Amino acid sequence: MEKMPKWADVVLIPLISLLLAAGLSALVILAIGESPTEALNLMIEGALGSTYGWGYTLYYATNFLFTGLAVAVAYHAGLFNIGGEGQAMLGGLGVAYACLFIPWPHWTVALLFASIAAGLFGATWAAIPAYLQAKRGSHVVITTIMFNFIAAALLNYMLVNILKPEGSFDPATARFPEAVHLPSLHEILLPFGINFSKNAPANVSLLVAIVACVLVWLLIWRTWLGYEIRSYGKSETGARYAGMSPVKITMIAMLISGALCGMMAINNVMGEAERLVLNATEGAGFIGIAVALMGRNHPFGVFLAAILFGFLYQGGAELALWTSIPRELIVVIQALVILFTGALDNMVRMPLEKIFVALRKEKA
Amino acid sequence: MDFLTLIQILDSSVRLATPLLLACLAGLFSERAGIFDIGLEGKMLMAAFFSAAIAALSGNAWLGLLAGIGSSLALAALHGVASITFRGNQLISGVAINFLAVGLTVLIAQDWFQQGGRTPSLLDGGRFSPIELPFAIGPTEAEAAGRPLSRLLVEAGPLQQAYSELISGHSILVYLSLLAVPLTAWVLFGTRFGLRLRAVGENPAAVDTAGVSVVALRFAAVGICGVLCGIAGAYLSTALQAGFVKEMSAGRGFIALAALIFAKWRPWYALGACLLFGLFQALELRPDVLEAIFQTKIQGQLLGALPYIMTVVILAGFVGKAVPPKAGGVPYVKER
Repeated sequence: MEKMPKWADVVLIPLISLLLAAGLSALVILAIGESPTEALNLMIEGALGSTYGWGYTLYYATNFLFTGLAVAVAYHAGLFNIGGEGQAMLGGLGVAYACLFIPWPHWTVALLFASIAAGLFGATWAAIPAYLQAKRGSHVVITTIMFNFIAAALLNYMLVNILKPEGSFDPATARFPEAVHLPSLHEILLPFGINFSKNAPANVSLLVAIVACVLVWLLIWRTWLGYEIRSYGKSETGARYAGMSPVKITMIAMLISGALCGMMAINNVMGEAERLVLNATEGAGFIGIAVALMGRNHPFGVFLAAILFGFLYQGGAELALWTSIPRELIVVIQALVILFTGALDNMVRMPLEKIFVALRKEKA
Repeated sequence: MDFLTLIQILDSSVRLATPLLLACLAGLFSERAGIFDIGLEGKMLMAAFFSAAIAALSGNAWLGLLAGIGSSLALAALHGVASITFRGNQLISGVAINFLAVGLTVLIAQDWFQQGGRTPSLLDGGRFSPIELPFAIGPTEAEAAGRPLSRLLVEAGPLQQAYSELISGHSILVYLSLLAVPLTAWVLFGTRFGLRLRAVGENPAAVDTAGVSVVALRFAAVGICGVLCGIAGAYLSTALQAGFVKEMSAGRGFIALAALIFAKWRPWYALGACLLFGLFQALELRPDVLEAIFQTKIQGQLLGALPYIMTVVILAGFVGKAVPPKAGGVPYVKER
């Protein structure tokens, strides 16, 4: 018998964890001498009060959707992919190669092939840790951490020594050609009579990310492969006994995860910067961990959590602009969310379970 | 390349290896007791900030060191509560601690000092200054002779050069960290506490059956890890550099983790691994020397990535096999 109803597990626990994280963040803001309610108002106004704010919120959310889905897919197979950052960097490299060296006739074709390139590069970067985990039992968490650093060094080398246009001092690629410019939400929504802010970076990749959400849902809950992934994640011995191949599942789950992280690059590299710069990922790979935990590894939950973190990111930037609260406040909130929804999950769960068991006893 | 340059590179290797070594031994205690710790980086960073901040406010490096250890212990306690008491995911807890440190240090630094997330530069009393061993050529000798130190060193014999540059002239924390290696080896392999600590990382049920508290042992290990990370952080901001800057740990916690795996969770090997990785960091700062040796340009990025690449190779089991403690990462549930 389950100790508590499903809704409590899916909605109540994340909500309580979120409230705990928010409460502690408010205390932090109080401690540095600012007003939490004023800060919240500023964040809401800055992130959701205008189409400009929404444009940034959705832009960040798009990044987090990709990385959050990536962490979730790996998690269902019982793997903790902490290498999203490196995989997203490599995805950026893939996008840069696809956009710089191939003359695309139209952005739609370019988007399709840039997505494939980004996914391939990201998946390749995940493939080595996946192979080592599957075949040689090296812990995927440690190897993916190491691969993050190796990716940063590789990207640094590529930008400084190879991809930088001649005569430029900036470690970045040349600007992508006009033909691969992705339509922004402003350009998409204008025909419908909605005047979305021109200066916000949200673009068509948001739609790609939403499609990815649906596809991941279909994969995990509606396909045989998804069933295998979930069984393997729940019980390795059980899955093995049922004749599933651990090597195959580990490889496939990590490759999908890496590809999703890599595809983030169509948003931040192709959609926003339109060139590849150093540190283009801005930590989005790690935020994927918080987003997946918060969203309980379900695509819809990941979607909501990604919007929430998009809001926090844009709101935090506004806070840093208008108050003396530095942007790092967001990192603290992110840490608290990871802490409460991930590591201290049992702290919320144990007392709740006791309450529900007690309630049931009373009824019986 | 002359002898003195070699000595100078080895000297800076030792300096750069010190925080790695302290953090590596910290991870050694924790992981030997079955608690994975990828939060070494965060604990170091937190300690780096608090030791620099308190040293700047009090003008006393030792008070700074205490504050650094205290702050690192607080994060270690959080890790302990999450992973031992509430049996949460140790890896996720480590990730959270790393972010918490990155955010909180800048937030508090901005609130206290208003210098864009850094502490004021530390003056002499706030820093651990180099210790000059007897008979070594140091700044005092140079002042007495009225000539620059570098000239005196060039003129000295090779033995004196090695003694003065490599062995003398480090801060007390460097010597302490080197002492920590035999100490760790003795605690882990020569005492009853160490035997139990290792047992709790391999087979906690057996330790429990013997009537020894698994929870207490694991908390002790996590606590020792906190203290060592605290010293490592304090070294960064009050000895290696003079003050705290944002994200100054710069991935050292992860290099220490790499060194730990490279050393196969053994103290003396850890010393070797950290010195090697320290050497890579020292060489990264001296591209001219590398060019002279190899007659070709070596990419700095490659050197920076080398510890990570070597760790992956070791983990893959191509060069010897790294076998972690058996019960690592698994929360212990007492049977009823």
